[in-house]
Amino acid sequence: MYAWIWRNLPGPVPVRVLISLALVVAVVALLFTVVFPWAEKALPFLHVTVNSQ
Amino acid sequence: MRHAVRGVGEVLITAGLIVLLFVAYELVWTNFEANRQTDQVSNTLRHSWADPPVTGHGSGNVASSTFVKGKGFAFLHIPALGKNWSRPVVEGVSLPDLTRGVGHYPETALPGEVGNFAVAGHRATNGEPFAYLDKVHPGDVVVAETRTMWFTYLVDRTKVVSPDSFWVLDPVPGHPNRQPTQQLLTLTTCNPRWGSTGRLIVFGHLEEARIKSAGPPAVLVHHKKKATA
Repeated sequence: MYAWIWRNLPGPVPVRVLISLALVVAVVALLFTVVFPWAEKALPFLHVTVNSQ
Repeated sequence: MRHAVRGVGEVLITAGLIVLLFVAYELVWTNFEANRQTDQVSNTLRHSWADPPVTGHGSGNVASSTFVKGKGFAFLHIPALGKNWSRPVVEGVSLPDLTRGVGHYPETALPGEVGNFAVAGHRATNGEPFAYLDKVHPGDVVVAETRTMWFTYLVDRTKVVSPDSFWVLDPVPGHPNRQPTQQLLTLTTCNPRWGSTGRLIVFGHLEEARIKSAGPPAVLVHHKKKATA
């Protein structure tokens, strides 16, 4: 997977390194802003209120 | 075949990294983010209090115009949780509200009001204001600071209840139909700290109401400077 991505990145090695870093940052940002806040709702320790159900 | 095995291995390693990242997110990032938002709410509230009152219908309490969901309207000080332990109380108990401070259950009494002033807070991650709520014992105090008043509540008892124990929010907890005559306090958080099988509840009653200009109650005097800043 990673080898395939590396092969398909354009440009010389320094450019590929930069693009790779940008991709990693983008993925982490997506995880932190969208995926993790969504997944967090399933965690038990966030349930701190009493409810009527 | 070799490629397939390598591909599967890479996917598994990636999944492991994502899980680790999620742990870091929960344990570090949510606290960082919640503390940032809490500071912001605190500053906004202190600033709004520093301004001259706009809606001056003051019964010594909070003007109704300040009740916007997620907006801070008071501070809670609990010396038993730390010398300078102080968090803004925001209206509402949704997850976004609880990231901004501790949350006031809508439709429960306001600080100092007859009835039950009920507040929820996280015990683990997201700022975890009530992480050590189990260290609050009968006889400890919880001070609610509003724009014009200090309300000192004395803790009567603590109790672990089931998550559906809605009765703890009753104006008179456990007596849904009784007319309240006392100013009560209820704090709720999860129990055990990293679980949700129960809720830890702290009950208290109003011991002293003190006008703001009289200065903070004696139990808070050591952080007087911070409170009036």
